[in-house]
Amino acid sequence: MSFPYESSRRLDKAIERVMVGILRVGGWASVLVTFGIVITLVTESWPFFKAVPLGRLFTDRMWTPLFLEPQYGIGALLAGTLVTTGVALCVAIPLGTLLAIYLSEFAEPRFREVVKPMLELLSAVPTVVYGYFALLTLTPILQKIYPDLPQFSMLSAGLIMGIMIIPYVTSLGEDSMRSVPMLLREGAFALGDGKLGVAVRVVFPGAFSGLASAYVLAISRAVGETMIVAIAAGLQPRFTINPLESAATVTAFIVQVSLGDLPHGSIGYQSIFAAGAVLFLMTLGFNLAGHILRRRFHRAC
Amino acid sequence: MLASQNLRKQEARASRRRSIDRWFGRIGFLVTLGTLGVLAILLLNLAASGLTRIDWQFLLSFPSRRPAEAGILSAWVGTILLMMVTASVAVPLGVAAGIYLEEYAPKNKWTDFVEINISNLAGVPSILYGLMALGLFVYQFRFGQSILAGGLALACLVLPIVIVATREALRTIPASIREAAFALGATRWQAVWHHLLPYSTGGIATGVILAMSRAIGESAPLITIGALTFIAFLPPAPILVHAPFISFDWLFSPFTALPIQMFNWVSRPGEEFQSNAAAAGLFLMLITLSMNGAAILLRRHAQRNIKW
Amino acid sequence: MNPIPAAQVSSVKDIAEVEVKPEVKVEIQNLSFFYGRNQVLRNVSLDVPAYQVTAMIGPSGCGKTTLLRCLNRMHDLYPGNRYEGSVRLHPGGTDILGPGMDPIRVRMRFGMVFQKPNPFPKSIYENVAYGLRLQGMNKRRDLDERVEKALRESALWDEVKSRLHQLAHNLSGGQQQRLCIARAIATDPDVVLFDEPTSALDPIATSKIEELIVEMKKRVTVIIVTHNLQQAGRISDRTAFMYLGELIEFGETNRMFTNPAKPQTEDYISGRFG
Repeated sequence: MSFPYESSRRLDKAIERVMVGILRVGGWASVLVTFGIVITLVTESWPFFKAVPLGRLFTDRMWTPLFLEPQYGIGALLAGTLVTTGVALCVAIPLGTLLAIYLSEFAEPRFREVVKPMLELLSAVPTVVYGYFALLTLTPILQKIYPDLPQFSMLSAGLIMGIMIIPYVTSLGEDSMRSVPMLLREGAFALGDGKLGVAVRVVFPGAFSGLASAYVLAISRAVGETMIVAIAAGLQPRFTINPLESAATVTAFIVQVSLGDLPHGSIGYQSIFAAGAVLFLMTLGFNLAGHILRRRFHRAC
Repeated sequence: MLASQNLRKQEARASRRRSIDRWFGRIGFLVTLGTLGVLAILLLNLAASGLTRIDWQFLLSFPSRRPAEAGILSAWVGTILLMMVTASVAVPLGVAAGIYLEEYAPKNKWTDFVEINISNLAGVPSILYGLMALGLFVYQFRFGQSILAGGLALACLVLPIVIVATREALRTIPASIREAAFALGATRWQAVWHHLLPYSTGGIATGVILAMSRAIGESAPLITIGALTFIAFLPPAPILVHAPFISFDWLFSPFTALPIQMFNWVSRPGEEFQSNAAAAGLFLMLITLSMNGAAILLRRHAQRNIKW
Repeated sequence: MNPIPAAQVSSVKDIAEVEVKPEVKVEIQNLSFFYGRNQVLRNVSLDVPAYQVTAMIGPSGCGKTTLLRCLNRMHDLYPGNRYEGSVRLHPGGTDILGPGMDPIRVRMRFGMVFQKPNPFPKSIYENVAYGLRLQGMNKRRDLDERVEKALRESALWDEVKSRLHQLAHNLSGGQQQRLCIARAIATDPDVVLFDEPTSALDPIATSKIEELIVEMKKRVTVIIVTHNLQQAGRISDRTAFMYLGELIEFGETNRMFTNPAKPQTEDYISGRFG
């Protein structure tokens, strides 16, 4: 039996093979990017970690790797990251969760449709602009309340970071809550519970892994934030947990050194990759935790 | 059975529950308005400080040590050139990856790994992309501290956004469409090219716009690779009046970008620099808001057109 | 129960045939229900007797579940619904659908068991205790007592007494549904509403639950919606047949199944349509 379209069929098959190859390259691209990040961080920070004994990272009190008598206490940078993240979470988690409960269990569908994209806008604002807000809009206001507040403070940066992170919590949190089946809620309503009671006692526990993954991703975002803290929290590493002071975070340190001259292989060059490696490990941990929690939530549904 | 005293207690409890519900509804509404209101206030403050500063002189001047004479010319030109590189790398690769993962890849451990990888990349801090670009593009590949390196860094950053948007857009097309095409003898690529891509263009375009909007606002990776904050010249033009008519010199030129310029001005003391920063920020916000708005409208339009 | 005047009794047969009028628990009068513009229930009037099992049967879409959910005002949870008519709960005679009536108060006097078991993502103990806590009981000893009582009355106590604090999800489907029954009766409601409670269960679990329901009527009034005619015949004292939103016939179960008054009832029961 002769197939009338044999030859054009062969062409189609050839095109198919070529296109699959091209598309597969795309599929590999994302893996290559991860590979690139990991390889670069490892190779460029390796000299630093080889030269600096690991103990000093924890025992030194200050982080001054570029000084003539360098100190390698990375705790100073970690303190800055932790405090700013902590302040941000104090804003984002309560407000974000409240908004998630309100939008999921109380608000009318039309209200939700209008408000959700507007909340997403909060995370679309460029971080330099948030940095401007923290330094030049919020800090003066805070200084009226607490006149001793320095120009650069972890409090101001942390508060603005918190506002930026709210959509991360609200969006994922609300999605998780809405996936809890109505049948479960009806069981509680039929016993005479009210909307808030059902939300807190039945929906919240039922959506918990999804909410937890939202919280973890919010933490990861806060830890990795750069511009807001570089602009508003200060660029001087300082080992303090007082949010009313200025301090540098891991990310701010990288920015500060990058603003200067960075010849390849110099101490400054190696130190920012070392800081970058620490940052990568931290956010990798949080991202994997968030991924596992999200998987557990989907399985529970 | 409920005794009458018990009954009264139940009544009190029930009405307390209802009033708690009412109060939470009010509080939730106020918090929603409050959160959006804070953003509005911050933006209004930005506009108040910067709106007057935006004029043609500002848009067409180079930065200067004298704040009154400074402008964002090199900044927005730099941003446009950067976006050209970012888009031409991230869009083809991202869409290809999305199509491959959604239509071709078998469901095995390897594909799982790729998916975990993409969701991890979406959570990697932007400054780490800058570090990678510094080590890899600037030094290893010897692109230097150039538009090419910056554009590639941003392309890697937004790649996951494009991939996810493409996959989601393809996922909304029901399986029956694919099956109809296959049943007629189409190859997989023909099904994609003739049916799936045309129907998902709206969703993919939305994702691309959002990705580019994100890229325009990013400054941390660019600072890391050494984007200079004081550039008083424009990169060489891509189009020449003489042969060979297209030049690629601009790819290797030093550069600055809008968010970098704003960062530079914010870091300087003095009201005039601050109002310059506000103006740059306002300009940046206008671009971001219009791109996000366009994306939302596009998504609504695409959803309304095709009803499955 | 009203004593029969001696003068009217001429033989033992008379006593058997005189219909004893039971106390009415739920008095439904001219109930209509609208979902948006659709009228789903048309002018239903029905007196549900106390301490008996009343079954509601009819083909899909006839409104039996809608009627059930009117009684504990579950429709209030969704927008666009409207009730007309009255539903009075006795003793007391208060109209559940009255304008000032709080749905939460109403729901505290009813218990509901759903088509699919829906235990909360909590422990077995906490599932049963949920309604009790809502009604203000918080002393550990009181809760323990009532939880055990409810679990015994649902024939689940022996199976779970050693794992009260494990998650309810680990139970089998039939056990989960009995847990939902325990949860519903723990608060001593006046009426328990069953919405096709065994349609998702295997025959053994089904018969266990049917036993429970028959046992339960000593203490509460039961209304059960079922699409399973044999089930209605097995466990109910009275049956209401509904079709297209109207109540076609309501009467003693045995009589309805052997000698239905209306032709539609007969057609449905004999399987001519379903």
